[in-house]
Amino acid sequence: MSALETQSAPSSQDAAPVRPRWQTIIIRPETMTLILLVLGVFAGGLLSPYFLDINYILKSFTLYAEVAMVALVLTMVIIAGEIDLSPAANMALSACVFAWMQQAGIPIPVAVAIGLASGVLMGAINAFFAIALQLPSIIVTIGTLTLYRGLAQIIAGDKSIRVPEWFIGIDKIMLAGIPLPAVIFIVLAIVLGVVLGGTIFGRQIYQIGTNEIAARHAGIRSARIKLILFLLIGFVAAAAGIMTASRLGSVRYDLALGQELQMVLMAMLGGTYIFGGRGTILGTFLAAWLLVIVSTGMIVANVLPAVQLVVLGGLLIVSIVATNFIYSRAQR
Amino acid sequence: MLKKSLFGLALGLTMATGAFAQDPLSIVYVGKNTGNPYFDSITGGFVDACKELGCEFEFVAPPTAEATSQIPFIEAQIQRGVDVIAIAPNSPDALNQVLDDAKSKGILVLTVNGDLTGNESHRDATILPVNFDIVGKDQVEMVGSLIGYEGEIAILSATTEAPDQNKWIVGMNETLANDPKYAKMKLVATVYGDDQPEKSTTEMEALLSNYPNLKGVIAPTTVGIAAAAQVVQSRGIASTVHVTGLGLPSEMRDFVKDGTVTAFQLWSPYNEGWLAAHFAKGVKEGTIKNEVGSTFEVPNLGTVTINAGNSINTQAELTTFNAENIDDFNF
Repeated sequence: MSALETQSAPSSQDAAPVRPRWQTIIIRPETMTLILLVLGVFAGGLLSPYFLDINYILKSFTLYAEVAMVALVLTMVIIAGEIDLSPAANMALSACVFAWMQQAGIPIPVAVAIGLASGVLMGAINAFFAIALQLPSIIVTIGTLTLYRGLAQIIAGDKSIRVPEWFIGIDKIMLAGIPLPAVIFIVLAIVLGVVLGGTIFGRQIYQIGTNEIAARHAGIRSARIKLILFLLIGFVAAAAGIMTASRLGSVRYDLALGQELQMVLMAMLGGTYIFGGRGTILGTFLAAWLLVIVSTGMIVANVLPAVQLVVLGGLLIVSIVATNFIYSRAQR
Repeated sequence: MLKKSLFGLALGLTMATGAFAQDPLSIVYVGKNTGNPYFDSITGGFVDACKELGCEFEFVAPPTAEATSQIPFIEAQIQRGVDVIAIAPNSPDALNQVLDDAKSKGILVLTVNGDLTGNESHRDATILPVNFDIVGKDQVEMVGSLIGYEGEIAILSATTEAPDQNKWIVGMNETLANDPKYAKMKLVATVYGDDQPEKSTTEMEALLSNYPNLKGVIAPTTVGIAAAAQVVQSRGIASTVHVTGLGLPSEMRDFVKDGTVTAFQLWSPYNEGWLAAHFAKGVKEGTIKNEVGSTFEVPNLGTVTINAGNSINTQAELTTFNAENIDDFNF
């Protein structure tokens, strides 16, 4: 949002009249996501009488909360002009490291800390290749996604590692009737939303993504900011992995397999521009709920999986077309 | 705000859903993944049984067989308020928590065609096709009947570590050593095709050149038996070397029709669905006790016993497929 405002501010002084408020609202990409979300809720209600149950929807959200948390940070990484496809593998490896440690007799809090630290380390490895060596982050993180998954398989083998009984069930803990993973997601969204939309640091992220060279000339330390983002996504991915371990009660190397696409999907559905510079936390926040509503609505109505895939694919296309259309209109 | 309005809607709906409680028994089968013809056959058993028993049946499955992909589907069935969840689990333990949820809601949880090995407490009972202890003996009898209980035989298995196959091979060796009926049969080699068509073909050709007097081959794996049959077919030696084992009727149909393979075995996935539906109905209505050792009657299958670990087998022996009955099976 701040990027849009800063861009349009000087031009409005020159010639174009100030856009009416309703127009500035309607051209925001999140508006599209919100409309789809409302439509999704209605469609779900029509499809199945069992769908419109807030407890069920919140419970279903816990299945996606871990991935959605990472998608929030991924949104910031994409806005900064980079991408990270390794967080799902990071989730698996961090969870395996954690489970392996606690199985070896290390106290749970220490094992959690080591798991989180390993996630940060994985973020640092990505950052080293993408920032210090200036390699394209899409290639680097496709490489590390395979590497981290492979290491997880070396640690866990084909077996699953159990976690202690008392550690199981983060999704059963309720705060004011909302499952803990959903609460964590909401709090993280608020914090990151404020950081991205309301701080200098956030504005600098947009500027790096819009034009990194210009940003550097303007004195923005782009390498440092990108490093922080890679470390942050590594940390959040590790936390998500350990939360998944608590939800499932066991850890396998194939935890969150293929979920990196869900994360990218959430960011894209929320109107984040894949080439950087544009996007908001609010958009990804709404997109995560949209994805849960649509998937859950179709699953509880026993819609054929093939149809579900078609609908999800269609949604993504609609949102990308809409995002590009809106941005191209907004720039006129 | 959105949540508040949803909550209001939900309140209204809870009353509506209460009215569905008197519906007929509803059973859902959660498959490993969609597009797997093997599950069509199991589903067929459920469908036919539910037609007779007057219960509602639905089949659902995720698009991929990934470990956690079944979880949202199970959650959805709990929400829909089904009475019985039957499942072919994609993971021995990732489903523990959600299956516990289902059980705590009073849903009968059955694993069908696959079990939660090591986590059996998270389901009520398991329905498996056959007691794997007797597969080896059945297979030896099969090959013996084909070669006149006399001559050299060999085994073409999957990988050296495959647990099921290794269990069956032990059974074959014991049967050959201890049962005088098979005294004139000699096991000359056990080879491994790794469940890859190419390697299985190479191993089969090596068997034929190393043991020119070979009369029978047991391939207790669907990939192995198809590869072995292919070799025999292309060499035109079906009258001297008899291939049998465990195979899928759909893959073996042509070999049986042209006489390359006389007979082979597997179980009937259809019966798993048929039995599971009858068992579920009986347990839910109180006519069947889900206790180890208790027995119940299933039409077409006779008396069925609940074995140790609440494990139920659909058949005492393997089903033999030959030219007469192979067209009845489509998996």
